Amino acid sequence: MSEIIKLTLNELVAGIKKKKFSSHEVTKDFVNRCIKSKKLNSFITDNFDNALKISKKFEIKSNQNKQLPGIPFAVKDLFCTKGIKTTAGSKILNNFIPTYESTVTQNIWNEGAILLGKLNCDEFAMGSSNETSFFGNVENPVGKKLVPGGSSGGSASALAANLTPATIGTDTGGSIRQPASFTGTVGLKPTYGRCSRWGIVAFASSLDQAGPMTKTVEDCALLLQAISGYDPNDSTSIDIRVDNFSSNLTEKVKGLTIGIPKEYRVENMPVEIDKLWKKGMDFLKDAGVIIKDISLPHTKYALPAYYIVAPAEASSNLARYDGVKYGHRSEGKNLIEMYENTRSEGFGDEVKRRILIGTYVLSSGYYDAYYLKAQKVRQLIKQDFDNSFNSVDAILTPSTPNSSFKMGEKKGDPVSMYLNDIFTVPVNLAGLPAISVPSGYDKKKLPLGLQLIGKPFDEQTILNLSLALQKRINFKRNVNNWWK
Amino acid sequence: MSIDQKTVKYISKLARISINEKKAKNLAKDLTNIFKFIEKLNKLDTKNIEPLTSIAETKLHLREDNIKDGNIRDQILKNSPEKNKEYFVVPKVIE
Repeated sequence: MSEIIKLTLNELVAGIKKKKFSSHEVTKDFVNRCIKSKKLNSFITDNFDNALKISKKFEIKSNQNKQLPGIPFAVKDLFCTKGIKTTAGSKILNNFIPTYESTVTQNIWNEGAILLGKLNCDEFAMGSSNETSFFGNVENPVGKKLVPGGSSGGSASALAANLTPATIGTDTGGSIRQPASFTGTVGLKPTYGRCSRWGIVAFASSLDQAGPMTKTVEDCALLLQAISGYDPNDSTSIDIRVDNFSSNLTEKVKGLTIGIPKEYRVENMPVEIDKLWKKGMDFLKDAGVIIKDISLPHTKYALPAYYIVAPAEASSNLARYDGVKYGHRSEGKNLIEMYENTRSEGFGDEVKRRILIGTYVLSSGYYDAYYLKAQKVRQLIKQDFDNSFNSVDAILTPSTPNSSFKMGEKKGDPVSMYLNDIFTVPVNLAGLPAISVPSGYDKKKLPLGLQLIGKPFDEQTILNLSLALQKRINFKRNVNNWWK
Repeated sequence: MSIDQKTVKYISKLARISINEKKAKNLAKDLTNIFKFIEKLNKLDTKNIEPLTSIAETKLHLREDNIKDGNIRDQILKNSPEKNKEYFVVPKVIE
């Protein structure tokens, strides 16, 4: 039998159910691996002792029907966990202990999983390299001093390094798919409304969505199943049937039509990414898929519109951090000065930048010129996708315009950092589901992903296409344990 | 459009974030670059386009107005930076 930590989520579930190994044995192996991998800085808070205790008492007999029985499971530190510190990667929440549990994590515990710890992320999920976290940079297991992507960088790093069998992240503009691409893992952003946002530290409410990050497409289907569903606590979650993504998963995709949007062939895109994209098309053709050229003419306006909508919503959401009821407080001569000092010391530079952008675009006299304009652009972007989906079943693009980069490389230049999300942001603006599948390596031997975008609530089709890709690509994750 | 230090100071006041002169200077530079990027949108005519205000086509559900939790005052107060018995404490507001 191969090492426990290297098994897929599905293999671990089957193994525990068949009593090949116990939940405790599995948890012990992951905890040991985590302890030896502290250099990666993937965790903000660990729950190792608790996890070991719980797994020891875990009885498979009474939990045979659960989807994640006794599986140790680490989550992004943006999900509120009852009684366990939740920081969102920020100093301002450095000592915050939620009195409630997020719906998505509760769904995972209800299926039998055990909390292993809280994973590092960009501060308030604002970043594409995990360099904005108050708790320090996260290493990409793929190579030293390389960023794991962001904002779910700790999640991607922990998953790729075999510190957790699967994980969940959140995706506002690419924060699941971009780190998945940078670490050679699978990451899916569900349709807006597929999963509850209750108990997730809010960044941009009309864009945020939680989603699975896994080693394989099969694991992704299993985990999506576990976290999806309507929640009365989130009025934007949608009351729609959740199909069994796992049992419906099939690589039989013959006859489906895939769109290739010409606008994603951006200037200065590395040749390797273009090649990889073509390879993806060839593999899908081999699976019997019809390839069709399409146009999404407003693509180039997505990122500028996103940098109005997301900061505007963030500036409103983050107004609650005032040093009164919870979180960090700095002293001040009076109430206003206390607020100003608290927020100045509690927030990092990127978060401040975005709060200021948001405050500016929403300030008196500017609403029409910025926020309203961005919402109109958002309509055009959504119409582009709606029109395309009249003639195609899904859309294939690269996940990112580049592979992982060195820490510090893009830190001084916010706009060049934002350009990382050029292929992922349109999907959030249109509320669509999309998945990044590891698809190859560039000449620096760094992983690259391909993205499949689906119709609203049609995660099944992009999962099926991803499975067809996965089988043909036969991607091998390269983890050489350099940090040990 | 360029954003000067004075504007940065003004919006940071609105956002209740204190910012020193040096930071304001750097932020003015960053925000100017970001707004240059954002203003690509001005090239696009959106005159007759309806704004997209909600992506989730959902109808709101009604529910009974029942209390489902509560009696967690002490737990909530535990998170506060300064408290006095059952109250949050803030700097003096009225002289």
